[in-house]
Amino acid sequence: MKYKSQKVAYLFFAFSMLLIVLQVIYGFIMGIDRIGFDEWFHDLIPFNAARATHTNLLVVWLLSGFMGAAYYIIPEESKCELISVKLAKLQFYSLAIVAVSAVIGYHFNWWEGRKFLEIPRPLDYLVVVNVLLFLGLILGTLWKAQQRTTTAMVLTMGLLFAALLYLPGMIWFDNQTMDSFFRWWVVHLWVEGVWELIMGGILAYLLIKITGVDREVIEKWLYVIIGLTFLSGVLGTGHHYYYIGTPKYWLIVGGIFSALEPLAFLGMALFAFAMYRKGEQNHPNKLALYWTLGCAVVSFVGAGLLGIAHTLPAVNMWTHGTLVTAMHGHLAFWGAYGMLVFAMIVYAMPELTGKNLFNTNRGQIAFWLANIGMIGMTTAFAAAGVAQVYLERKVGMNFMDAQNELEVHFIVLLGAASMFAAGIGFYVYEFIKFGPPRDEALIEATEEYKPITEN
Amino acid sequence: MTFIIFLGLSWHSLSQEVPKQTHPENITPEVIRGKEIWEENNCMGCHSIFGEGAYYAPELTKVYERQGEGMIKSILMSPVPWGPKGRKMVAYEMSEEDAKAMVEFFKWAGEVDLNGFPPEPDLKPEN
Repeated sequence: MKYKSQKVAYLFFAFSMLLIVLQVIYGFIMGIDRIGFDEWFHDLIPFNAARATHTNLLVVWLLSGFMGAAYYIIPEESKCELISVKLAKLQFYSLAIVAVSAVIGYHFNWWEGRKFLEIPRPLDYLVVVNVLLFLGLILGTLWKAQQRTTTAMVLTMGLLFAALLYLPGMIWFDNQTMDSFFRWWVVHLWVEGVWELIMGGILAYLLIKITGVDREVIEKWLYVIIGLTFLSGVLGTGHHYYYIGTPKYWLIVGGIFSALEPLAFLGMALFAFAMYRKGEQNHPNKLALYWTLGCAVVSFVGAGLLGIAHTLPAVNMWTHGTLVTAMHGHLAFWGAYGMLVFAMIVYAMPELTGKNLFNTNRGQIAFWLANIGMIGMTTAFAAAGVAQVYLERKVGMNFMDAQNELEVHFIVLLGAASMFAAGIGFYVYEFIKFGPPRDEALIEATEEYKPITEN
Repeated sequence: MTFIIFLGLSWHSLSQEVPKQTHPENITPEVIRGKEIWEENNCMGCHSIFGEGAYYAPELTKVYERQGEGMIKSILMSPVPWGPKGRKMVAYEMSEEDAKAMVEFFKWAGEVDLNGFPPEPDLKPEN
């Protein structure tokens, strides 16, 4: 670490770790509900509370990871301390309070009841204030900095647009179709739009650090990826507008542009591997390399390929609203954003603490267990989803009769989830072992920096 | 560029086509109340409507057609959790008025033109 203010990132990373552990626990609750033991939790945590908690914890731990990444990356990229560490800490604690209140609220029927945007309205306003404070700090730092790199700008643009796009989700509509229409402006344009910018920015940063390839080369790729993201992702929103009361032309628009969406992820995967092969620097943090390359590959499979597997309108007609969606959702979020945050944390922790706990066995085991477990879970969801489509949608079996047939897949799911959870356990254990950041970890800011030449 | 096309198509959809497909004239205060109750209780956390939500409990777009008013009301007003084939639903013990609002909401939803969703089962055994 080169700047003292980067230390604030640790708080956000630690919060991410806490929330992912909770997210996994709530995942187990839902899995157990699904194999016929819903009586265990029903009175205390009904399925809808578990589900809202599970998905919202995901969103918050990813956002917390992105914010931590930004607080870590921006000072280093712009060669400038954050403008206020105190305010950054205040922003952290307010984020934590909002997130914890929301999660507790879900257990007492306090929510908005709109998928992924369940946060109750009064807390929405606090989210807005919180994000404005965060953006103020990042933009303020960039403003007074000597340099603004493409990587830093792409990351910041992603965060800025993500904040703006939160707003359409706060408008009330009497019409369910309109409600849904704008809900996707938030959800889709986040995960298949501006979050990809954040992803591109963080990946570029990590690749610059790990591979040692010239910034100019890496940042050129970054432009291509942004181009592909906007080309496909924006009109790709159309795949949410097939069957919600919106006109038929979305079937064509959504179909074509969704089919192009994997390109951005393919671009990122090719980019990561090309840089890895080109890189001459042998960075000691091999685990960071694993998670970075892993993120690029798994996001292409989970978000790209499994996405296109059910966004073709003729397929989606049958799979829309079934467990096939859960199949895609799990590997996509894990690959694209979960692994990205993990890569960032694994890279940053030795730098923040000055402890060279690189490449421990536990770290390796965490990587493999979590990934193999998640692939197993995705496969179980796929089996359950396809069976559901045939039994319920094609053959016309009653919903619960079909669900009872699917139970066995959820036993497999829970097995795979146990592997995944063990992987997360190892990862979090490693994180805890690093401990908090230390001032001794500060190294001379100028040491490794070459002046950046504009071309 | 794609963003401008997206905004244009969105504007066209919402101003021209969505009104034809969703019949806003039928969105009565009761339907709106139904939507509020739907959201207050996070029904989407188990069920889906227009195929959106969770996949733990039945799709409800056509529930009015499938179950009828009486059945829907009795499930929503029941003091004991509904779940004849496993998986308990929360017993909401709704008032007659609220349950009726839900029925109206489902009735409206069932009439929205969803471009053919949910599809008719095409492999249904003849019996």
